[in-house]
Amino acid sequence: MAEFDWSSIPGAWPFLWAGMQTTLEITVLAVAAGIVWGTLLAIMRMSDIRLLSWFAASYVNLFRSIPLVMVLLWFFLIVPALLESLFSTPRTSDTRLSSALVAFALFEAAYYAEIIRAGIQSVSRGQSAAALALGMSQSQTMRLVILPQAVSNMVPLLLTQGIILFQDTSLVYVSSLADFFGAAYKVGDRDGRLVELLLFAGAVYFAICFSASMLVKHFQKRAGS
Amino acid sequence: MGYHWNWGIFLAQVPSGGTSYLGWMLSGLMTTLALSLSAWIIALVIGSAMGVLRTVPNRWLSGIGALYVELFRNIPLLVQLFIWYFVLPELLPERLGNAYKEINPLLQQFTAAMICLGLFTGARVCEQVRSGIDSLPRGQRLAGLALGLSGPQTYRYVLLPMAFRIIVPPLTSEFLNIFKNSAVASTIGLLELAAQGRQLVDYTAQPYESFIAVTLTFMLLNALIMSLMHRLEARVRVPGQGGHHG
Repeated sequence: MAEFDWSSIPGAWPFLWAGMQTTLEITVLAVAAGIVWGTLLAIMRMSDIRLLSWFAASYVNLFRSIPLVMVLLWFFLIVPALLESLFSTPRTSDTRLSSALVAFALFEAAYYAEIIRAGIQSVSRGQSAAALALGMSQSQTMRLVILPQAVSNMVPLLLTQGIILFQDTSLVYVSSLADFFGAAYKVGDRDGRLVELLLFAGAVYFAICFSASMLVKHFQKRAGS
Repeated sequence: MGYHWNWGIFLAQVPSGGTSYLGWMLSGLMTTLALSLSAWIIALVIGSAMGVLRTVPNRWLSGIGALYVELFRNIPLLVQLFIWYFVLPELLPERLGNAYKEINPLLQQFTAAMICLGLFTGARVCEQVRSGIDSLPRGQRLAGLALGLSGPQTYRYVLLPMAFRIIVPPLTSEFLNIFKNSAVASTIGLLELAAQGRQLVDYTAQPYESFIAVTLTFMLLNALIMSLMHRLEARVRVPGQGGHHG
């Protein structure tokens, strides 16, 4: 068994930290965009307008039936070239970060939409009937009565999905973008210390995700759901 | 847009000869299927064993189950894969490690991906098995024990047959996930479906056809498995319990 040598980690700290910032940036922006787009998709899916509900259902089913790796490859390899040829824009410097953001936001929205739809449907029907009977419009009912109650039901699931997204951001490795995992891999590869760096990356992800999921559980217990 | 569509490319011979690009895609599909199914067997065996451990009235045993789940759920799949592929051979005793490095690289990639995907999914199966057992009324376990069955017999004849029937729907979604997650194995160079799609882009300069074909294959696979599993769900559903969608 080889000896461990952790000495390349302290020196690479700034690079690893920059990678972690990229990871967090992708996670936070994709969660935010995913929730907004996912809410719209959920509302469309429950709409009475057939075209809207059909669109939302196909969107969700499409993204849920293909691997995330495949979606990322589309957005790294195909979409930038497609946009270039469509709008004949010049080849810009580096679109990998924005490609990653868009890919994660579009992909996660499909999963968020299902969580949000389940959350909305968990609010009893009497609530919306009562709001409509009081003379509220459809959108007022949704905004003022249904969503506030649905949100508290779905917050734990949305947070758990956020933790999954945080883990999944490591897949930007396919574009060799230096997120936290990509940075750790590059340092390990450069110094011939891949074993140590991979174990270190695993430990860091574990520490973050384990504490975050404990917090979600704690929050869930206090909310009494 | 000046793109030249050419769907006939799939029938063209690959540069090394002997097969067509369609042949490459089919071999990728076969690898995806073999990897996912073998990993699924590992996931079911380990997941069920750990799921049972989590419900036994012994703190140490249920602790082992909890440790397993937390460890495999809180590390990204990609990182786990790299650890199995790059780190494990280094941690093995030297002779074993060297012997491992000498076997066919393709086999190395496949085994690493299979073990990784199996244990990763096993942690999710474990949670489903546990919640299936926990959802049974306490009286079932007590009745089994009162009839003189031993602990293991109670699990074997009373709890597990019911629990497994209840958790078929959530297991379906884990089964679908394992096929999607298998695409991560392309990162260590295993030529499964997604990796073949990438290779086709490099070789044919027909990126759209390649990616559309691979994406459609994943969608078809997903739809096929879903309809098979729905049939299974209908057959094993416990009458009067959780009778959603017809």
